[in-house]
Amino acid sequence: MKASITLQVDGRQRSLSLDTRTTLLDALREHLGVKAPKKGCDHGQCGACTVLMDGRRVTTCLSLAVACDGAIVTTAEGLAPGGRLHPVQQAFLDHDALQCGYCTPGQICSTVGMLEEAKAGHPSFVTQGLSPQANLNDSEIRERMSGNLCRCGAYVNIVAAIRDAIGKGAMP
Amino acid sequence: MSPFEYERATDASAAVARVSARPNAVFLGGGTNLVDHMRLGIARPELVVDVSRLPLRAIERLPGGAVRIGAGVRNSDLAADGTIRSQYPVLSQALLAGASGQLRNLATTAGNLLQRTRCAYFQDVTVPCNKREPGSGCSAIEGHNRDHAILGASQQCVAVHPSDMAVALAALDATVVVLGRQGERRIPVVEFHRLPGSSPQRETVLEHGELITAVELPALPVAQHSAYYKVRDRASYAFALVSVAAALQISDGRVADVRIAFGGLAHKPWRAVRAEASLRGAPATEESYRRAAAAELADARPLKHNAFKVPMARNTLQMLLRHLTAGVR
Repeated sequence: MKASITLQVDGRQRSLSLDTRTTLLDALREHLGVKAPKKGCDHGQCGACTVLMDGRRVTTCLSLAVACDGAIVTTAEGLAPGGRLHPVQQAFLDHDALQCGYCTPGQICSTVGMLEEAKAGHPSFVTQGLSPQANLNDSEIRERMSGNLCRCGAYVNIVAAIRDAIGKGAMP
Repeated sequence: MSPFEYERATDASAAVARVSARPNAVFLGGGTNLVDHMRLGIARPELVVDVSRLPLRAIERLPGGAVRIGAGVRNSDLAADGTIRSQYPVLSQALLAGASGQLRNLATTAGNLLQRTRCAYFQDVTVPCNKREPGSGCSAIEGHNRDHAILGASQQCVAVHPSDMAVALAALDATVVVLGRQGERRIPVVEFHRLPGSSPQRETVLEHGELITAVELPALPVAQHSAYYKVRDRASYAFALVSVAAALQISDGRVADVRIAFGGLAHKPWRAVRAEASLRGAPATEESYRRAAAAELADARPLKHNAFKVPMARNTLQMLLRHLTAGVR
């Protein structure tokens, strides 16, 4: 069964006709050639396909593209318009927060979304008293980023990069 | 994935009529479990009716202090809500203990209740499973059953319900509001999920075509003193081996009110009525907590690989009650 949808991807309006079975991840990668979100597990377990949809971080492998009609999608590529790196991207480079890099676009989108959530007062499971003013220490960073796996095990530097980005004002 | 028609619902009653009329039609919410099942071949709907854009996204305070949570409220928004955090902290904590930040931004209240077991045999279409294919047999009973049930299981199925949120809702005496062809009905959440018995393919009391529109929390002062503890194989982003939701009110050194539910032990969130009965009016002491935990687990029937869950459940409950007594959450 075919369906027609429009998406705004990294600032560009895109129209496409696709099979209703197509996930948002496949629509981005295979139909639109947007390769920043990566296909890891394709079951919502690894976070490599994370993007920002309407400003919130989501996995794209478990959403049907047809259900996302009209969405505004920002991928890791869209976080660097004109090649100017987002502070979170710069921090990942500064701290060597990757090895193979496959999970990195998802890690970066997840970090940006996570910082927006913290700013909006969302607590995490490790936030004392469910306070809306969580202090984003290492334990908070680890808990909030637990949906992004890194099979190279670059976690130590990922946490350092996020800590640095927060210190440099990346917290929106 | 099998081909399917897709329709976006603009009206809840019309969506109910559409799905009711087609035996192989389903509602789509956040998709985090259903789309995965469609890809795995566990679900093969011919018609998908997307209810994610229905106006069911509000959290409302009702007269008298109850709270009505729209079926489409995202798990992340529910966990962060100010009323939920202050009046029902056990619910916020249970939500935040589940899945990941990305998934909680997609997953809905109704979808969380309706998610299906993560039993590895259920999710593998190449092996027998009475839940997936009634009558084919249970691969878990003699198989790898470390994660499986110790309470309320049957010879047909030993799977556990995976939700954290539902465990908190069971402790809080929440009500599920459902829309069907004959109108609305209200189901206590503790009666919403079923034990497997001889029909493990039926996990809830919902009829085909019935749509969850809301979940209601009663005004419940004891819920202010509540918490959710979850024991799992890694510190975050894993399903529970054992979890406990509890609320405890102590007055003059005695238990004035108490609510307890377990996760990870049964085919449904396990409301611990025996433990509660043992505690009501009892001295708020370690001995009372030990006795209550033992009473609830007395009928536990562990499988080959999950006997550890019996002491783990007892200890987790005792620790949580001890911490609630001391005012630690």
